[in-house]
Amino acid sequence: MRSSTKLQTQPTKETPVATPRRQKVRARLRRGLMLGANFGSALDALWVNRLRSLLTTLGVVIGVAAVIAVVILTQGATTLLNQNLAALGTNTLVIFPGTATSAQSLTVDDANALEKVPHVANISPVLGISAQSIFGNQNWSTRVQGVYPNYQSIQSWQLARGRWYSADDEAAAQPVAVIGQTIVDNLFATTGTNPLGQTIRINGQLFRIVGQLQPKGAQGFANPDDVIFVPFSTALSRLKNSTYVDQIQIQVDNANNVNQAQTVVTSLLEKRHHITPGVADDFRVRNSNQLVQTAQQQSAVLAALLVGIAAISLTVGGIGIMNIMLVSVTERTREIGIRMAIGARQRDIRNQFLIEALTLSSIGGVIGITIGMLGGFALVTAFHLPFVPSIPAVLIAFGVSAAVGVIFGLYPAVRASKLDPIVALRTE
Amino acid sequence: MVQQDEVAVADQTGRGLVVELQDLTKTYKLGQTRVRALRGVSLEVRRGEFVAIMGPSGSGKSTLMNLVGCLDRPTSGEYRLTGRTVSRMPADELADIRNQKIGFVFQGFNLLARATALKNVVMPLMYAGLSRGEQERRARKMLQLVGLGARMNHKPAELSGGQQQRVAIARALVNNPSLLLADEPTGNLDSHTSLEILTVLQALNQRGLTIMLVTHEADIAAYAKRQVVFRDGRIVRDEVMAAPRSAQADWLASRQTRQTPQVTQVERAEESEESKGIEEGSSHA
Repeated sequence: MRSSTKLQTQPTKETPVATPRRQKVRARLRRGLMLGANFGSALDALWVNRLRSLLTTLGVVIGVAAVIAVVILTQGATTLLNQNLAALGTNTLVIFPGTATSAQSLTVDDANALEKVPHVANISPVLGISAQSIFGNQNWSTRVQGVYPNYQSIQSWQLARGRWYSADDEAAAQPVAVIGQTIVDNLFATTGTNPLGQTIRINGQLFRIVGQLQPKGAQGFANPDDVIFVPFSTALSRLKNSTYVDQIQIQVDNANNVNQAQTVVTSLLEKRHHITPGVADDFRVRNSNQLVQTAQQQSAVLAALLVGIAAISLTVGGIGIMNIMLVSVTERTREIGIRMAIGARQRDIRNQFLIEALTLSSIGGVIGITIGMLGGFALVTAFHLPFVPSIPAVLIAFGVSAAVGVIFGLYPAVRASKLDPIVALRTE
Repeated sequence: MVQQDEVAVADQTGRGLVVELQDLTKTYKLGQTRVRALRGVSLEVRRGEFVAIMGPSGSGKSTLMNLVGCLDRPTSGEYRLTGRTVSRMPADELADIRNQKIGFVFQGFNLLARATALKNVVMPLMYAGLSRGEQERRARKMLQLVGLGARMNHKPAELSGGQQQRVAIARALVNNPSLLLADEPTGNLDSHTSLEILTVLQALNQRGLTIMLVTHEADIAAYAKRQVVFRDGRIVRDEVMAAPRSAQADWLASRQTRQTPQVTQVERAEESEESKGIEEGSSHA
């Protein structure tokens, strides 16, 4: 009877510390459990000093938010660019004039000469003019492009109403125009007039509207619908008397022949421009793949820049975390002593502070990602870019902010774990 | 009857000896000077003893407590705890010994201020790697035993000094240690509350718990069954007391004298409820 009541609370009962195998199992078990317990106590400890924790993690928050916002912005811009390039088709060649030194080198004669190159299905010079368009008492600043009739198929424009101008219009330099949706909205929407057959003034010249384009939709910085197309010959004679053109666009009959056509076009232009071997060309021929590559190179440069900014801001944030963790270790020296006295091993103490730093920086990361997403969304909305939330960027941002916690939390944590329990217990 | 078997097994391991110190020395280096805090101490403490370690400050009693508590290692000599030599163990194993075999009660309570009583008591079990449910179950039981069943979710700041020290005792005992080390456990308490804590310690000792209590007050040491006096790093007196004082009797007497008009009914009701756990427990034993 006596022994059984004794056993209820039996303080002298031996807890078997015995067999190594059991100890190993226990150690493994307890490491797993310690993570959960440590996470809870980390949150407790951070909550006690919530203002301080918030301020400390602000460095990480700002760094992550800035990076996420800019990543979303560039992703949007890149996506838009890729969409546009894809719309251009894989069988398009674009010739740009000039090198770094001269911007004018392409002529309409170049375009006409290239027409005979094998596999060239459509070709058109592009003459761009910024112009004031007027209908009645409405006026609108826009971009007029003088192009051949077959430009419609190169850029795959669809008509909402009316027709595209004909080869006859081009030959006779007729003052006819095809207008984009934005022009309709700005010149005709207020009066509700049907634009077809109406006459508008472009830089003082009268043009008759023969067609209205289907909108492609405003995307990013450029609005493709804010455009008026007129016959190339008309643009040359009435709007801009220029020897040089801004671009020549070529549609190759088949995507497989693009490289071949590009080689022939290049050599023919070199011959026409009297460019001897070894001298730089005064023009650039780009196929759509190359344009995509150029865009990708630009975004790679931007990405490198972003990584740099992120690295700097996260390092600063990390130093802030290390600083506050060192303060925290000093403040809680007595707690560390108590924990050691009741059986915490060195690595238990180390993990506790490591998890605290990790929690701090991860929370910063999550807040930063949220703010960055919202900021990025606001930016892309303002610039009419598509919102493309980048999952890898979010995961990397979270991973990096967690890593910042571990890296910068390690030194304070190790310092805490190396404290002498006697000294720690004596600290006030 | 299974229980008796277990007790028998436990007895075999250490011939009933909990602490065995053989010629223990400890020397500190303070700059150029060497401080010989312990100069050869041999001491044996049996299971179920209640030993008061006494001596003036600087006598080496704190150093001894640090060594016995496995917080420190001796310069020379041997220390066996329940038959295991711990004097040369690496730090991690010492941490496990502290967790499994030793319970600490300090003068300043040393509770975690931001954690509730329950969480404070759970802490050693957390480091022992018990399941969450088992941790809570044992911690609750232990808090009930020290009479704080109704205050488990209070933080230390919401508890009186005596209650805080009882939480500390619950924390020290929750992992069934072989030895309870109490370092001036009544140093921060008034005499009435001191008696309350000593009542708890005596009740626990009566159930078989081995206790070593460090104090410089003869009044407090009078409640121990054995007194060991230190001076200049050596034991100068070691005697078993024929009739130690009963803390419970003194506490009851002290309560009588305290029954002045300013003690309200509520406070007294609380007191009796708190002490109920231990009183019930000790009446069983």
